[in-house]
Amino acid sequence: MSETGQPGAPDHLLVEITGLCKSYTRGEEVIPVLEDITLGVAEGEFLALMGPSGSGKTTLLNILAGLDRADRGALSVGGLDITELGEVDLAAWRARHVGFVFQFYNLIPVLTAYENVELPLILTPLSRAERRRHVDLALSLVGLTHRRDHTPSQLSGGQQQRVAIARALVTDPTLIAADEPTGDLDKVSAEEIMELLARLNAEFGKTIIMVTHDPRAAARARRVIHLDKGALLAN
Amino acid sequence: MFWALIHRHLWRHKLRTALTVLGMAVAILAFLLLQAVVEAWYRGVNSAADNRLVVRNAVSLTFSLPLSYLQTIRQIPGVNGFTYMSWFGGIYIDERNFFPRFAVGPGFFELHPEFVLSESERLSFHREKRACVIGKRLAEKYGWRIGDQIPIKGNIFPGDWSFVVRGIYRGAKPSTDESLMVMNFDYLNESLKKTMPVRADRVGSFVIRIAEPDQAAHISRLVDREFKNSQAETITETEKSFQLGFVAMTKALLVAIQVISVVVVLVILTVLANTMAMSARERTTEYVVLKTLGFGSGRIAILVMGESLLLALMGGALGTALAFPAGDAFVRAVGGLHDFIIPPALIGLGAAAAAGVGVMAALIPMIRVMSMSIASGLRRVG
Repeated sequence: MSETGQPGAPDHLLVEITGLCKSYTRGEEVIPVLEDITLGVAEGEFLALMGPSGSGKTTLLNILAGLDRADRGALSVGGLDITELGEVDLAAWRARHVGFVFQFYNLIPVLTAYENVELPLILTPLSRAERRRHVDLALSLVGLTHRRDHTPSQLSGGQQQRVAIARALVTDPTLIAADEPTGDLDKVSAEEIMELLARLNAEFGKTIIMVTHDPRAAARARRVIHLDKGALLAN
Repeated sequence: MFWALIHRHLWRHKLRTALTVLGMAVAILAFLLLQAVVEAWYRGVNSAADNRLVVRNAVSLTFSLPLSYLQTIRQIPGVNGFTYMSWFGGIYIDERNFFPRFAVGPGFFELHPEFVLSESERLSFHREKRACVIGKRLAEKYGWRIGDQIPIKGNIFPGDWSFVVRGIYRGAKPSTDESLMVMNFDYLNESLKKTMPVRADRVGSFVIRIAEPDQAAHISRLVDREFKNSQAETITETEKSFQLGFVAMTKALLVAIQVISVVVVLVILTVLANTMAMSARERTTEYVVLKTLGFGSGRIAILVMGESLLLALMGGALGTALAFPAGDAFVRAVGGLHDFIIPPALIGLGAAAAAGVGVMAALIPMIRVMSMSIASGLRRVG
């Protein structure tokens, strides 16, 4: 596993980013967010992106997970140039290849834990029975089978985040994108979540890219890279 | 799952949803009642017989015709039945107790078979001058029976009048007016000869039956030609166009009622649109998350549209269900609207109005949610 953020080091790259740039406009002012980012993420890697607020780490995560678009540069995931995909194809690609974990869990409050986890499977051709098997497996992986009929408001923050992780896992995605997954949790819950993510990476070989401010969380990753003012820093 | 999501979103704010459904129900109820009033107005026209002509004074309906015209009219080829009638007016106890009252000549029931009366009742009516015949609905409303006395205070024909119920007719069709009261013209005429001779021997209109309905225009011309340049020229027209003339008099009112019914729907449209805009704004996070998970804009649109449509249709269904008892209460309260019914076509129109409101109300929030980018949505979330 490479110890640098530079491209070309690891074999079997899942994510390949070259010369990626992104800026936002506020009125007539152009604000650069990412400048000439070149990065490779190997299959099965657990990568932590760290950096101060406004450094562009969430924007980078959003772009490589197909939630946002770069202004310039090349980006391929699993050998597919996702910058060429239209909105509909990109949505279908996300549904199939990316699992998301957010800081604030972002579960649908009116659905139960089971239904929240089942949600991404609605977009697949699986039968109801097959969906049930997948959901049960995902909930058992995060240790929440007994809370399957609870709504998010009946769960603790840590439990909600575990449901969110089950939702991210349930389609067996190529990549898990986690944005500050422990940012809203107490120390114990944060530790449990990181343990779970580390286990998913180690035991199931899931590729995880995680944005975090928390050095303890970053320490569970196999590789940590830092961004500052839109540029990658050497680790 | 999609249905569950729409359904649960809908009942997330129970009070807000209940109030919106109630508002929608009241709007559709008002829409149906107002439209039904307008339809009732026109229904009398549509049920008019095509083999009857009405002869009236060419100046205005308020001017009468000499009874002697009957001798001429009955001689006109193609005429095979005739009668005459005058609007009696008057007040039964209080002006609020309005129902139509006509003094009619012999042959009225023969010419109007839609008023079904037994032979014995018909004979009793013709035999007794103070006799009157009332409609079934009128009898039920005031609890009148055969033999009861009905006092009427005259206004067009001043005096205290009293009539004895000798017959209660029923309508041959559901649309037949069962709220009329008819009395003998002879009784009125003989009284006028004594008290106001100048107004005696004059009728409001003649009703003639023709053998061939397609000869209506020709016979009308013949009748009017007979009385051209007379002291009271006539206008003869089919019963339908005669009744349309009445409707035309109230055209402005009918248009106003129709405009109000549409305005009511527009008002509820703004209320529902506001509710949907609030709901969509509150759920921005959820919609963004769904997009993140791979749900396309079309599916998100279905969620917003589905919720709005369900809300509108629930209100529409409740309003329609309430329209029947409310319509009965309305007819009882105002009286005189014997044709007031809420036909299936009007229910369809109400349902279409409700669905239209549901679709329109969802448009702006739907477009806003569909066009929101995930990245900006997530920034808002964080």
